[in-house]
Amino acid sequence: MKFLYFPGCSLDGTALEYNQSTRVLMKELGVELYEIPDWTCCGASAAEATSTLLSFVLPARTLALAERMDASDEILVPCSACYLNLTKTAKEAAKDPELLEKINRVLEIEGLRFHNRLKIRHLLDVLAVSIGADTIQSLVTRPLSNIRVAPYYGCQCIRPYAVFDDPEDPHSMEPLIKATGAQVHTWGMGGTCCGASHINLKPEISIELVTSILREAKPADVTVTVCPMCQINLEANQQKISKRQHEDLNVSILYLPQLLGLAMKIPRSDLRLDLNLSVTKKFRLKLEMLDKGRVPKIHAS
Amino acid sequence: MNQVEQTQNYQEVDPSSDSLKHIREMIQSCIQCGTCTGSCPNEFAMDHTPRQLWRMVLMGQKDAIFHSRTFSLCSSCYSCTLRCPRGLPLTDAMHQLKLIAVREKLSEYKIANLFYKSFLDSVNDHGRVRELGMMTHFFLTLTDPMVVLKFASLGLKLMSKGKLSPHFGSKGDLPLGALFKKVEEMEKNI
Repeated sequence: MKFLYFPGCSLDGTALEYNQSTRVLMKELGVELYEIPDWTCCGASAAEATSTLLSFVLPARTLALAERMDASDEILVPCSACYLNLTKTAKEAAKDPELLEKINRVLEIEGLRFHNRLKIRHLLDVLAVSIGADTIQSLVTRPLSNIRVAPYYGCQCIRPYAVFDDPEDPHSMEPLIKATGAQVHTWGMGGTCCGASHINLKPEISIELVTSILREAKPADVTVTVCPMCQINLEANQQKISKRQHEDLNVSILYLPQLLGLAMKIPRSDLRLDLNLSVTKKFRLKLEMLDKGRVPKIHAS
Repeated sequence: MNQVEQTQNYQEVDPSSDSLKHIREMIQSCIQCGTCTGSCPNEFAMDHTPRQLWRMVLMGQKDAIFHSRTFSLCSSCYSCTLRCPRGLPLTDAMHQLKLIAVREKLSEYKIANLFYKSFLDSVNDHGRVRELGMMTHFFLTLTDPMVVLKFASLGLKLMSKGKLSPHFGSKGDLPLGALFKKVEEMEKNI
C-alpha cells in the first residue's frame, strides 16, 4: 500500500510525536508514505475567517503539488483540520466549476494547476478501513491486556462529511483498540468538541469543554486522539483544571498510532512518548508490567 | 400571494447591512427550530443563542450581531450543520460573520483579528506556520500582558519538549507572497 503524505504544520511542531508515530507505524505495517515536497499550510481556521478564496487556494496548492506525484492517487492526512480543509476544497471545487477556475487563476502564479483528481484520506480512515483491525491484530506482540482505552474522535475527521464513520455516533476506532488486546471505554464524549482553536483566544471556553471530557475519560487508563488540536487541548491544561475543580483530572492522552505501536512492541522512543504532555505514572507502571510479561490489574472505576 | 409578500418582507432590511446579504441567502430557509442551539457545545457562553443569531441575520440587525459574541464563539464542530433539518451551511455562515468582523476591523474582534493576521503572515512568509515565531509576533502586537501570561506556562512546557524550536534564517522557506497578493486582487474585484 502506498500513500502520498501531507503532515501539515502542527506535525512539524507541537505534534511531532504524531508525525513520528504515524511514520513508524506505517513502516511496520508495510505502508509506504511519500511526503508531498514543498507542501504548505492548509490555512487552518485563520484563512476561512479572513478570505474565503484563500481558504480554498491554500489546500489546493498542496493538492496540485501532490497531483504531480506518481506514487499514489490517495493522500494520507493525520491532522483533522488539514483533512477537513483539503476535503472541503475538493468537494466544493467538484460541485462549483467557477470556483475551480478561480483557484486555478491564482495557482497559475506558481505554475500550478489543480485538477481535483486525488482521494483525501484521514489516518483513521486508512487504519480502520484500508488496513483494518485484523491486520493490526496479526502484528500485536504485546497485547494491552486490562488496559481500558477511551476513543476520542473530536469533530473535523467525522463532521460535516460522513466519509468513513457515523458523524453522530462514531465507532471506527473500537475494532482497532480491541485488536491491541485492550478494552474499549464506552462513553458519550468521543465525538464532542474540545474547543479547537479557542485555546488560543478564548481558553475559558475550551477549558470548560475539556473539563467535561477529562471527567468522563477518568475511568479509562488512556484516551486516544487522531488530531493535534484535540491532543493539545486535552493534555495541556490538566493540572490547571484539576486544581480549579478540586479533583484529580490528570489522565493519559496518546495519539492512536502510539497506542497501536505499543501493542506491536515498537520501541517507546520511536513512538516519541517522551513528547506527550500527559502520560500518568499509573499508566507508565501498567506499561512496565506488560513489558515484563505481567498482566496489570484492571482499572477500578 | 401572501407567501410572496412575506418573502419580500424578509428582503426589507436596513440598506446599511448589505454586507450580510450573502449570509442571509445562505440561511434564508431557516425555520427557527433551534436544533442549532441544542447542538452547539459553546452555547453556554453565548449571549444570544445560534437560533436567535440566525433570526438577527434575517432581520438585518447588523449592530446587534456584531455586538454579540455569539458568532465568535463558534469552534467549527459542524454539529449544527450536520443536524440542521433544512440542510443549511450554518458553520460556513459563522465563518462568513467572522470574515466581516475581520474585514471591517470591528474593535470587539481586535485580538482575534491580530491572531489571524500573525498566523497568515507566518504562512505568507514561510509557507508554513512557525508556531514560535507566529506567537511571538502575535504577543508583540498585543498591548495586554494578561493575554501573554495566559500562554506563558504552555509555551514553556512546549519549549521544554523541543516542540517550539526557533527557526533561524530562511532555510526551508516557501514564501507565498505572490499567491496571497493575487487572492487579494481577485477578491477586490468581486
